[in-house]
Amino acid sequence: MTSTRQSPKKGLPLRLLAVILVSVALDAAVSFQVSRWAYGWLPVPASTAAPYVDDLFSLEVGIGAFVFIGCVGFIIWSLLFSRAEKYDESDGLPIEGNTKLEITWTVIPFVIVMALAFYSIHVNEKLASLGPKQKYDVALNQSPDAVATLDARRDIGPIEVISRQWSWEFVYPDGVRSSELHLPLNQRANFLLISKDVLHSFYIPAFRLKQDIIPGSVISYSITPTREGRFRLRDAMFSGAYFSNNQTDVIVESEEEYASWLTQTAKRPLVQGLSPGTPLYEKRLKDGDRGWATVPPAPPPMVNDPGNPEAPHDA
Amino acid sequence: MTSTKYDPRVLKAPHPVPGAPDNWKRFLSFNTDAKVIGIQYIGLSLFFLLVGGLLAMVMRGELITPPADLVDPSVYNGLYTMHGTVMLFLFLFPVLNGFNNLLIPTMIGAPDMAFPKLNAAAFWLVPVFAVVLLSSFFIPGGPASSGWWSYPPVSIQNPLGHLINGEFLWILAVAISGVSSIMGAINFVTTIIRMRAPGMGFFKMPVFVWTAWAAQTLQLIGLPALTGGAIMLLFDLSFGTSFFRPEGGGDPVLYQHFFWFYSHPAVYVMVLPVFGIFSEVITVYSRKPLFGYKFVALASFIITFLGLIVWVHHMFYTGTPQWMRNLVMITTMLIAVPTGVKVFAWLGTLWGAKIRLTTPMLFVLGGLVNFIFGGITGVMLGTVPIDIHVGNTYFVVAHFHYIIFNTIGFGIFAGIYHWFPKFTGRMYYEGLGKIHFTLTFIGATLNWLPLHWAGLYGMPRRVASYDPEFALWNVIASIGAFMLGVASIPFILNIVSSWARGAKAPANPWRAIGLEWLLPSPPPAENFEDDIPTVISEPYGYGLGKPLVEDEEFYVRRSMEA
Repeated sequence: MTSTRQSPKKGLPLRLLAVILVSVALDAAVSFQVSRWAYGWLPVPASTAAPYVDDLFSLEVGIGAFVFIGCVGFIIWSLLFSRAEKYDESDGLPIEGNTKLEITWTVIPFVIVMALAFYSIHVNEKLASLGPKQKYDVALNQSPDAVATLDARRDIGPIEVISRQWSWEFVYPDGVRSSELHLPLNQRANFLLISKDVLHSFYIPAFRLKQDIIPGSVISYSITPTREGRFRLRDAMFSGAYFSNNQTDVIVESEEEYASWLTQTAKRPLVQGLSPGTPLYEKRLKDGDRGWATVPPAPPPMVNDPGNPEAPHDA
Repeated sequence: MTSTKYDPRVLKAPHPVPGAPDNWKRFLSFNTDAKVIGIQYIGLSLFFLLVGGLLAMVMRGELITPPADLVDPSVYNGLYTMHGTVMLFLFLFPVLNGFNNLLIPTMIGAPDMAFPKLNAAAFWLVPVFAVVLLSSFFIPGGPASSGWWSYPPVSIQNPLGHLINGEFLWILAVAISGVSSIMGAINFVTTIIRMRAPGMGFFKMPVFVWTAWAAQTLQLIGLPALTGGAIMLLFDLSFGTSFFRPEGGGDPVLYQHFFWFYSHPAVYVMVLPVFGIFSEVITVYSRKPLFGYKFVALASFIITFLGLIVWVHHMFYTGTPQWMRNLVMITTMLIAVPTGVKVFAWLGTLWGAKIRLTTPMLFVLGGLVNFIFGGITGVMLGTVPIDIHVGNTYFVVAHFHYIIFNTIGFGIFAGIYHWFPKFTGRMYYEGLGKIHFTLTFIGATLNWLPLHWAGLYGMPRRVASYDPEFALWNVIASIGAFMLGVASIPFILNIVSSWARGAKAPANPWRAIGLEWLLPSPPPAENFEDDIPTVISEPYGYGLGKPLVEDEEFYVRRSMEA
């Protein structure tokens, strides 16, 4: 630390330099380890987007840990060695500042955050090429089908994702309707995100993707799943009384399983789909409609596959 | 002594209420003394801290188990909405305005605020909108329940169809609060610009005054957007307009722009004065000048400027275009630079210091550690790809509580303890203060640290129930929340008993440097009255041996005689 130049004691700077170098090395080693752990603080990565997000997160955790440990280490060090004795009423070193040091600690953070920002812009562009999001105003008299032709880069879809208070409905191009979202592995799926009432958010933590669904707009959205399993889809934008129950599962399966699910399901008759808010609201009415005001749930969608809400999910 | 540069007619009678220092009834009256108004603000806001805290403890009781079993989900939604609203509009803004009232005139040597009646009117609007807001608990349908964001269309669904509903009262309360804040902001900014003591140039002002000025400037620029948005929302809710209703051609996302244009800077309105408190407290209990005072002072206004162009980072996943997201990501991350300057300056101040771990210093150091943590998670949230994953999850809840309670709340407690002797004339009990700090630090850490992981694993915010895999984090968080409730007991005990029967405080118990410490404790109604000191040094001259004002002995002697 440059401010020690003002200290007249000889021999201190060299010892201090050694202490600083050792602490920085230790800090860097620990922070590197923490950045490795950071991968374990996220759900299993299950889409092509996930590794990019995870790498960026790990990098920021590493830099953040380095800064945090460095600053807090310095505070602890000060508390150990710069405490006033009892009844010591003297003042500390009257250092008013050090312009070089102040410029250094302005410039270095500036460089770090700019580097992070430009790296993130690069990741953004990568993610946009993996799954672009395009918002179309349906007030322009476009039917969802018209919008569908605008994003041609897809393997399957467009699958209409219809969100309501409080249910999810997935409509496949050949008319199959489902309460759970089935997707084939490693294929680029395109969605049209539609809300019938209020804001919702299409959030699959294992895919690291979230997109608000705006009533009055259709959002074209693509993702490519990379891992088989049953993943949670959660509504992440507050949507009213039974918001927290507005969840369903995404089932990623092999191409053959997906194809057979599609053909089997097409033959099944329409039944009431998953609508987690409905039984809770009915129970509320039965118990005397206590609680604060809420709109009633939308009627459950009629689907070919109502799904299995009891099945355990992987992430 | 020195001549003042403003009209002496602004001076009022020395004791506007008979028997002033001991007459507690003045706190219940329309008093125009800034020091009375300051205590009114702080007292009232601490009551609402308890109210908001109780709401939070019911919420944490609900969240200690995965299913919604303690209260109905509709009730939970009302509770979290009112928790946020009470904490922001009835605790944080008023308590900081309390500090502004106590500290700005005394720190700059002014007898009072520029507009004392406007000042009192701004305060008395607080109980008015408090009644409006809290009365919504007792009307059919219950209070507003769409979060303090109040995003349409869910906020304007109005299930019962009544004209007077929770949302209606909520918007009304927020609008009145905005008017009150604008009245306050005009007053604070005018006072700082026009009423400084002779010799007090901008670069001789204490950092608290700089930060209060930067923060209140933000209020003046940002609040009209929120108030305008709130009025449009009111029209959509009650009078059938379609500003934000998609079925009438409105755009719900437009509201989000109005809302966040103010409500993100609002965070800086709250955190900036706390940076000021940090700067005041760290220097006193380190007995050192503030490292790089001018940099720290100027950094406040850089935060003000950048704070106005970052609001879209709350909207990365609402369909905003890529260029806008990239631009706002850059401005958001840039905020780390001026805040970093402040953090490093505080750390530099600790270098070679003589640290005394009194209660205010403990709260500031604890708050500083928490702020560094919350700042780092803030940069993560500003990163678009990470925000796309963790936005609207408990990671955000954990991050902003690290800022809003673990930093701002800690700074407020530090400020209350530090200036308690000055404005009440009584010393507080150090032992109870340290118990308060210990319980608060452990409780706050247990409460919000684990929730970061709940968010990273994908637990959305604002949920009344959740999947069982998040249970562990939530149990720990609830224990922390209840501990914070317990922590309020030593605090209340300390404040009440110290004020009633604490030892009489000397004028300058901490041997601090600053104009307010040259006044008797408590200061007389007009502060320095006719003898406004002439400032000759920068603030925080610890160890430099320079007097702060001309003829300093006169003021020291007078403050001790009073």
